[in-house]
Amino acid sequence: MNFTIMNFAIIDMGTLRGLITGILLSAFLGLVAWAWSKRRKADFDEAAHLPFADDESVAEGANETQSRSNRGESNL
Amino acid sequence: MSTAFEHPTYNYKVVRQFAIMTVVWGIVGMSMGLVLAGQLVWPELNLGLPWTSFGRLRPLHTNLVIFAFGGSALFATSYYVVQRTCQVRLVSDRLAAFTFWGYQAVLVSAVITLPMGLTEVKEYAELEWPIDIVLAVVWVVYAIVFLGTIKVRRTSHIYVANWFFAAFILTIAVLHIVNSAALPVTAGYSISAYAGAVDAMVQWWYGHNAVGFFLTAGFLGMMYYFVPKQAERPVYSYRLSIVHFWSLIMIYMWAGPHHLHYTALPNWAQSLGMAMSIILLAPSWGGMINGMMTLSGAWHKLRTDPTLRFLVVALSFYGMSTFEGPMMAVKTVNALSHYTDWTIGHVHAGALGWVAMITIGSLYHMVPRLFGRTEMYSVKLIAVHFWLSTVGTVLYIAAMWVNGILQGLMWRAINPDGTLMYTFIESIEASGPGYLVRMIGGLFWVIGMWVMAANVFMTARRPAPRHEPMPQPA
Ligand code: HEM
Ligand code: HEM
Repeated sequence: MNFTIMNFAIIDMGTLRGLITGILLSAFLGLVAWAWSKRRKADFDEAAHLPFADDESVAEGANETQSRSNRGESNL
Repeated sequence: MSTAFEHPTYNYKVVRQFAIMTVVWGIVGMSMGLVLAGQLVWPELNLGLPWTSFGRLRPLHTNLVIFAFGGSALFATSYYVVQRTCQVRLVSDRLAAFTFWGYQAVLVSAVITLPMGLTEVKEYAELEWPIDIVLAVVWVVYAIVFLGTIKVRRTSHIYVANWFFAAFILTIAVLHIVNSAALPVTAGYSISAYAGAVDAMVQWWYGHNAVGFFLTAGFLGMMYYFVPKQAERPVYSYRLSIVHFWSLIMIYMWAGPHHLHYTALPNWAQSLGMAMSIILLAPSWGGMINGMMTLSGAWHKLRTDPTLRFLVVALSFYGMSTFEGPMMAVKTVNALSHYTDWTIGHVHAGALGWVAMITIGSLYHMVPRLFGRTEMYSVKLIAVHFWLSTVGTVLYIAAMWVNGILQGLMWRAINPDGTLMYTFIESIEASGPGYLVRMIGGLFWVIGMWVMAANVFMTARRPAPRHEPMPQPA
């Protein structure tokens, strides 16, 4: 089967499938390469510790610089 | 609820409301499941009334457990996690309160309309068009609150759990709006915008991605926050979590046709669905391994911490059901499993073993903190609940495996002259013992949920908290 525009075959179905597979495979490899690149390491380490970054003391300390906390809306 | 528990920075009120409703709807929804399981053992339990018939209560069960129990849990945990990992209060208290009351209104209308027989007859999307519209509005506001909070975050990174929650929220909005498109006839009756094979494909594109994004991605968001928190160590590999996220959401979208094997759906679409389902094993197990390995070096905690046990057993059932799923997606296997109790067993391995267990583990971590405590009222009762749910799940799914394979084999057995060896009713009779065992499993679960309710109640009302949150500076 071909994709046609005004009777001109643009690309044949098998080639199209091959191209899509190729694109998806390289997207995946690109993603893996990006995730494992040395440059990302520090950022990821920091992100991985986010669940522990706001233990009570930190959260309370942060509160003083927090304008949002005293927006006065009573929570319905 | 009392304001004595108010956190100085975060909006815990809406989290508490959703957390409590999770327990309430859990009890109601699972009791409804127990009633259905009972009806399959003793059909007279339908009381001979239209409102209590199996056909009307079944969609009520699925709506209550998925959207009421699971949905409330997702609201509660996503609001909790996004605030704590972005270190900022929800962007609007009013809109957050609107999502709570709006969502509960949708659930209550489900409880009223489904037994009345008002339904769009699409599985997991039964609610009629006026309720659909309210839900769409509530969901868009949910997206605004969640994404708005990420936008004003005080941290530089967006923690991976929030990526999963955001994907869940956005995808459900799209799925719900597209699949519910219908032409209203009266206030309680409408006709789908789609017809024939297209309708079937849209429905299972919706249905499967409801599994993939509601019952999976959202709960993976929970996993990525509560497993590290409860194990007191960061996730095993943050890099893997990123690859996990992108490959899971890219692949899930294409697996829907495995619900339509051997139907009028074009054959190539069925094969695509089967291939994508098998590939789906990889990201699913990547995520499971990432969660499990977070415990490396902390395995001993399992002995003393039943909350952590809930979280880890949930991951094991997640691994099990995402192995079973790809297997059932193979057309030749599906030819045996489809229409049988095997599917029901698979559903509940995911629903009870994964969804409910990870929810319960997360709640046991979160509830004390929401009420200014360090621990639940009773850790012993958590352990009791853990064993009730684990045994209940095993009874449920083992019974359904036996029934499913039995039914599949009986239906396809053929005499030498080409006639069927068994009548349909003979396969039902043979399923009787399995139905009874499944009902007992369900009973274990319902009792467990009552134990949890008592524990949560005592935690919320216990006087003299050890960790009163600091009063808010003026
Ligand atoms: C890799 C992951 C998975 C794959 C490939 C998969 C595949 C399948 C297959 C082939 C069916 C049977 C379709 C039929 O014969 O009608 C099915 C049904 C189902 N699965 Fe899964 N599954 C996966 C994971 C899960 C998980 C984790 C859950 C729940 C939390 C789940 C929930 C369901 C539900 C609710 C149904 C029943 C749908 C219906 O007919 O109403 N699945 N799945
Ligand atoms: C006490 C626990 C539960 C019991 C006893 C129970 C029982 C049942 C029964 C008897 C059915 C109908 C099966 C049939 O038609 O043959 C059913 C269907 C279903 N239940 Fe449950 N259930 C329980 C908990 C849950 C939970 C927690 C969830 C989800 C989070 C869930 C999700 C579903 C779904 C999606 C279906 C439809 C399956 C399909 O169409 O393939 N159930 N349940």
